[in-house]
Amino acid sequence: MSTPPGVVATARMIAARDLRIEWRARVVTNQVIPFAAVNMVLFAFAVDDTGALGRLAPGLVWLTVMFSLLLCAQRAFAIESADGALEALRVAGVDPVGIFLGKATALAVQLFALAAVMVLAALILYDLDPPAGGVVVLVTSAICATCALAATGTIYAGLAAGVSGRETLLPLLVVPVVSPVLIGATRAVEAALGTGGTAVADGWPWVGLLAVVAVASAVVGALTFGSAIRD
Amino acid sequence: MTPFMTADRPTTPDRDHGSTDAAVVLEAAVVVMGAFPALAGVDLDVRRGTLVGLRGPNGAGKTTVLRLCAGLLRPDRGTARVLGVDVADDPAPLRRRVGYLGHSNGLYDDLTALENVTFWASTVGAGRDDVDAAMAAMEISDRLRDVRVRHLSAGQRRRVALAGLVARRCELWLLDEPHTGLDVDARDQLDRLLRAGADAGATVMLSSHDLDRVDAMVDHGVDLVAGRVSREVRR
Repeated sequence: MSTPPGVVATARMIAARDLRIEWRARVVTNQVIPFAAVNMVLFAFAVDDTGALGRLAPGLVWLTVMFSLLLCAQRAFAIESADGALEALRVAGVDPVGIFLGKATALAVQLFALAAVMVLAALILYDLDPPAGGVVVLVTSAICATCALAATGTIYAGLAAGVSGRETLLPLLVVPVVSPVLIGATRAVEAALGTGGTAVADGWPWVGLLAVVAVASAVVGALTFGSAIRD
Repeated sequence: MTPFMTADRPTTPDRDHGSTDAAVVLEAAVVVMGAFPALAGVDLDVRRGTLVGLRGPNGAGKTTVLRLCAGLLRPDRGTARVLGVDVADDPAPLRRRVGYLGHSNGLYDDLTALENVTFWASTVGAGRDDVDAAMAAMEISDRLRDVRVRHLSAGQRRRVALAGLVARRCELWLLDEPHTGLDVDARDQLDRLLRAGADAGATVMLSSHDLDRVDAMVDHGVDLVAGRVSREVRR
């Protein structure tokens, strides 16, 4: 008799499946990244002041990532609801904690890749030169922030998946909740890039905050996701 | 071992009936949707290994019976025991033993047929042998295995979805309007596959508007009207 997979194995299975689907559909590379890049370019035209752009760059990067989160999270559950797969997962008794962790992991990977592209775009477009040691804060804060965004996005996208008008409901639910992540990530990147007049070391408390939010979001998601995806 | 044979699980004696023969026992089951009773006191006794057809007009309660048996709904009054498990208590132990296909197939368009069946098999820890056997049983050719399901016809998609149930070795198949969207050949093929599943020990319950087709293929026909059983025929 076969043994059903545990939480970790389920999460790995779901994450691998979601990433495979995204790799084939290329929605992130062909639609979300160009959308985010256009945002960055438009900001550059709108502000048209290299000094101001340098100061605003961290906020612009994370605002763009947050907008992209909405698209990616919608997409993550569109593939589940297109042919009734989410209901089939529930009927099949697949562990909702595993589903949550798997989907959040896949979303975090996509967002991290997106954030990396956006930071590079900001460095080039806004003519920034990060100080030595800033890269570690940059990467660590990006990991923590994308995990926090992915966990929160997965919770609310799962909640909105079965609701009519979910496309407009999701931003309304997610944007206020992720504002601490937006603020923390912006401050950490300011420190990492040296654009806010602060030292690189000043970024670490913000990284700590992001790590706490990421863990708290993951715990809340694991505890509530089963109820969120119920009819 | 035939691909349809259900997993080697201990059967739980049905407390109400003292045997393991009953796959589904509904007693005066009432399910209320809003202010409307979708089921208004249904009594039903389905034996294991039978092919059961639920017939009736729209709104008769066919889908509600299937969703109740899948543990997606709980009875507001009366009892519902499925594979020995009381759905009102906790349907969780039931979940891995029941396969439900609603009007949709639960497939991922950008995965191939093989990847879809492998995914659903892996949700219960079933292996590659189970997947291969299920694909063969559902007559999914080598040519179709590696095609993304977005490129398959409605009938082919249905077969891939059923292969997922077979690979999971579900004891009870619940199929809501499985013939919808299929041409005549695909319907005939589906009927043959469902019959083979029931003959191999799975209990198959399906709903349909197609009275003649259901009459011709099932062991146990159940007519529903306005949330009640109006007629039952057993062969």
